[in-house]
Amino acid sequence: MDTQAMHIANGIVDGPVSALFAVLAALGLGVCVWRARADLDDRLAPMAGLVAAFIFAVQMLNFQVLPGVSGHLLGGALAVVLVGPWVGALCVATVLIVQCLLFADGGLTALGLNITNMALIGTAAGYLLVALLMRFLPKTPAGVGATAFIASVLGVVLASQGFVLEYWLGGTTELSLGTIAGTMAGVHTLIGIGEGLIAATTVATVARVRPDLVYALRRFRTAPVAAQPVTVSGGAA
Amino acid sequence: MSADDRNAPAGRTAKAHGTARTRLGWFLAGGLLVALLLAGVVSSFASGSPDGLDATAREGCTFNADDEITGGTCMAQQEQDHQLADSPLADYGIKGIDNEYVSTGLAGVLGVLVTFAIGGGVFWLARRRGTTDATTGDGGATVGAGAGAGTGTGGNDQAIRDTPAPGTGSTA
Repeated sequence: MDTQAMHIANGIVDGPVSALFAVLAALGLGVCVWRARADLDDRLAPMAGLVAAFIFAVQMLNFQVLPGVSGHLLGGALAVVLVGPWVGALCVATVLIVQCLLFADGGLTALGLNITNMALIGTAAGYLLVALLMRFLPKTPAGVGATAFIASVLGVVLASQGFVLEYWLGGTTELSLGTIAGTMAGVHTLIGIGEGLIAATTVATVARVRPDLVYALRRFRTAPVAAQPVTVSGGAA
Repeated sequence: MSADDRNAPAGRTAKAHGTARTRLGWFLAGGLLVALLLAGVVSSFASGSPDGLDATAREGCTFNADDEITGGTCMAQQEQDHQLADSPLADYGIKGIDNEYVSTGLAGVLGVLVTFAIGGGVFWLARRRGTTDATTGDGGATVGAGAGAGTGTGGNDQAIRDTPAPGTGSTA
């Protein structure tokens, strides 16, 4: 068994449930395409391409979280902060599709499962937290970085529980669901912290260089602060 | 300097717009370069341990030195090969290149470029054309530029450079 695989492989969840989630994933992405058009303008479109490429790159960087266990960024929260929930989900899905078709990572049969967990659940959870946190945190690089960190940790843990749900519905082995849920949640809390650090660094850097390219700063602005999201006087809220 | 551009009055001219276009271009190029370095170079130093999901799937089984399952019950036993396991880029390497660093690095670079091309291309085609500045007060000039951009790829940059100010436009 190769250790390069990063996503759900074929055979772990049975055919009917995989097919069900393939349909769900297709419907979900359809909604995203429909809603994404409102966000996709001449500035966001190339940025979204970059976000997808960046997530692909960082997903290759497995970091050690426990002896013999590694993890890698999933990218949902990062994408949400930079390009918004609808386009963000499509960015993550693009990465998963390229990985599946070109690099044989994440089973073809399991593609719907992987898209549901990482592109839909991870991004949706990340978005809800970003929308909540951006109401309280300052619209500064530090504020948006902290938002990305928290949204990443919770987004990753929830995405991992998506797998538990799928395994509960269509698992092909007789194993204790509680144990699997616990192990997945525990390991993915650690992975989420790693992802959070990467995502926070990334979005804080973009917010410093080009705040106008950060969706979360544009979308959740409060009128006076928005004019100069990058200045130190952000605390004036 | 950058703050200067963002706070420029909406009507401020081609010079400010030109700078903004350059900056988006440089930003994208810089970001892509970082991604290429991460996927092309840093990836070779990534951890080779199974990831969180894989580790969970292997729990309950014992493995021999060749990483084959020797006993127990675990999810990984049910794992089947990928339909495209024989593809030339399977498992983030390039078939035929023995040097692991080169193989992984090139696969990573290729992956970043393909993802950027597919993602960027699809998003670019799906974008709303010439509507970027509809929400700002910056009416006339922008609409003109947007219309020009729609006619050919050469004009696309022109559209991009008109975009950086909408956040400020509406609040100014």
